[in-house]
Amino acid sequence: MSNFWHWWIVLLTTACLVLVTWVLFSTRKAQRKEMTEETTGHAYDGIEEYDNPLPHWWFIMFVATLVFTVGYLILYPGMGKWQGVLGWTQVNELEQDQLKHDRKYAPEFARYAATPIDELIKNPRALKMGERVFINNCALCHGMDAGGNFGFPNLTDGDWLYGGTPDAIKASIAHGRQGQMPAWGAVIGDTGVKQVASYTRELSGIATGASEANLDAGKTIFSTTCAVCHNADGTGNLALGAPNLTNNIWLYGSSQVQVEYTIRQGRNGVMPPWNDILGEEKVHLVTAYVYSLTHMAE
Amino acid sequence: MAGKHDIVEKNLGLMVILVVVAISFGSLVEIVPLFFQKETTQPVDGLKPYTAMQLEGRDIYIREGCAGCHSQMIRPLRAEVERYGHYSVAGESVYDYPFLWGSKRTGPDLARVGGRYSDDWHRAHLINPRDLVPQSIMPAYPFLADNQLDGKLTARKMETLRTLGVPYTDEDIAGARDAVKGQTELDALVAYLQGLGTVISSKR
Repeated sequence: MSNFWHWWIVLLTTACLVLVTWVLFSTRKAQRKEMTEETTGHAYDGIEEYDNPLPHWWFIMFVATLVFTVGYLILYPGMGKWQGVLGWTQVNELEQDQLKHDRKYAPEFARYAATPIDELIKNPRALKMGERVFINNCALCHGMDAGGNFGFPNLTDGDWLYGGTPDAIKASIAHGRQGQMPAWGAVIGDTGVKQVASYTRELSGIATGASEANLDAGKTIFSTTCAVCHNADGTGNLALGAPNLTNNIWLYGSSQVQVEYTIRQGRNGVMPPWNDILGEEKVHLVTAYVYSLTHMAE
Repeated sequence: MAGKHDIVEKNLGLMVILVVVAISFGSLVEIVPLFFQKETTQPVDGLKPYTAMQLEGRDIYIREGCAGCHSQMIRPLRAEVERYGHYSVAGESVYDYPFLWGSKRTGPDLARVGGRYSDDWHRAHLINPRDLVPQSIMPAYPFLADNQLDGKLTARKMETLRTLGVPYTDEDIAGARDAVKGQTELDALVAYLQGLGTVISSKR
C-alpha cells in the first residue's frame, strides 16, 4: 500500500470519527436538559414532535461505539498500513487453526499412513475416517454406497479395471486413470460393430439371438482387433485398464445398443488424480476404505 | 427549539449534500483504495484469460443463474480450505467481468472445482444431477446438450474484455468464432468449470 492511500484511509477515517463525535456533542449541547411537554413547533398532517433531549441510554451507547472503534483500530489492522497491536491477520488465524488441528490429528494420520492397507482395514476408526473422505470426494461419481453409476465403476463387486490390490487402488486414486477405448466404428464398419457387440455379449453369457455366422464373424474381428487389449479370451488386461468382457459386469450398459455405442464411439472414462487435492495420508485412508469394501476383515 | 439542524431540515439541497458526505466515508475508505492495490489488480502467476469456449461457458453459467446457488469464494477458514482447497485470492479474479464470487451456497462452492471430476461426470451431472447424486436438489439442464453455439458474438465479447485490460491477443480474437461454432453449450460450460481455480494448487 502506497503512502498516499495509507494517509487517505487514515485521514478520512479520523475525519469521519471526529465529525460524528462533533455532531453528537454539539447537537446535545443545544438541547434542553429535562423532559418536556413542549413540541418542536411544527405539525405535519396533525403529527407533532416533543422537543425532548436525546435519550440518555442512546447517548451512552453511541459513545460506547466510538470508544470501541478507537480500541478496535488500535488492536486490529484497519488504519492503512497500521498492522494493529495484536498482529492479527486472516491468514494467520487460518494457519493457527490448522496448526491446532494438525497437532491433534497429525500423529493419527501419520500412524495410519505408516500402516499397510491390509492391516489398516482391521481398524474401524481408520475405516470410518476413510469413509468420510470417500463420501466427501468420491461419492459424487461412485455413489454413496460405492456401488457405481453408469460410466463410473462399482467398487464393491470385486471386478477391477486396473487391479484390486492395495497398491493398484492407491495408484488409481493418487494419480488418476484415463480410459483408452478407441472408436472402432470407422475401422470395422457398422456390420462389424454389430457382430463384435453380439460376440462380446455372448462372452458374458447373454443370449443375443445373433446367427452363428455373425458370431463367427464377430469372433474373427475380436481376435484381430480387440484381443490386443482385452485378451484373446476376452478376460481383459489390468495393465491397460481393459475390462474383462466375460463376467457380465458392464460399465456402460449391457444392451446391444449400448455395447454397439461403446465399440463404435469408444469410451474414455477419466479418474482424476487426487494426490494434490487430498494429500498422501488421506489417499492412503480412502484406499483402505475402498479396499475394505471387497476385503472386509471378518 | 434552538437546534441549528433546523437549517438542515428545512433546506433539502443542503440535506442531500450532507447525507451524501455522511455515507461516502465508508466507500471512500473501504472500496476506493482497492482499485489501486497490487493485490487486487495484478493477476496471480500463471493466470490466463478464458479461452473462447470457457468464456461462452461462463456466460451460460451467468445466464442459468448458477451463481444463485454456487459461490466461487473459498474463505480462509480451516473447514473450507479442508474441503475446497486453497482459499481464494483476489488476483485470481482480475480477468472476471463481473466476478462471480456469489454469496449463497445452496450447492457447494465451485471456486476450485476444475479437474476434480471428469468431463463425462460434469456432462452426466448437468443433464440430470440425480443420475449420479440421488439426493441432489440441483435443477437438470438437459437442453444445454442440444443448444449449439454460433460464436457470432464471441470475438466481440473478447474485444470488449480487452478494452477492460484482459490480455487477449489478436489471434485469440480472430480464432474465437471457429473455436466455439457448432459446439454445444454443455461442452462450453464444462470447459469453463474444468478451468476454475486450477491456477493455484488446490493442496492446502
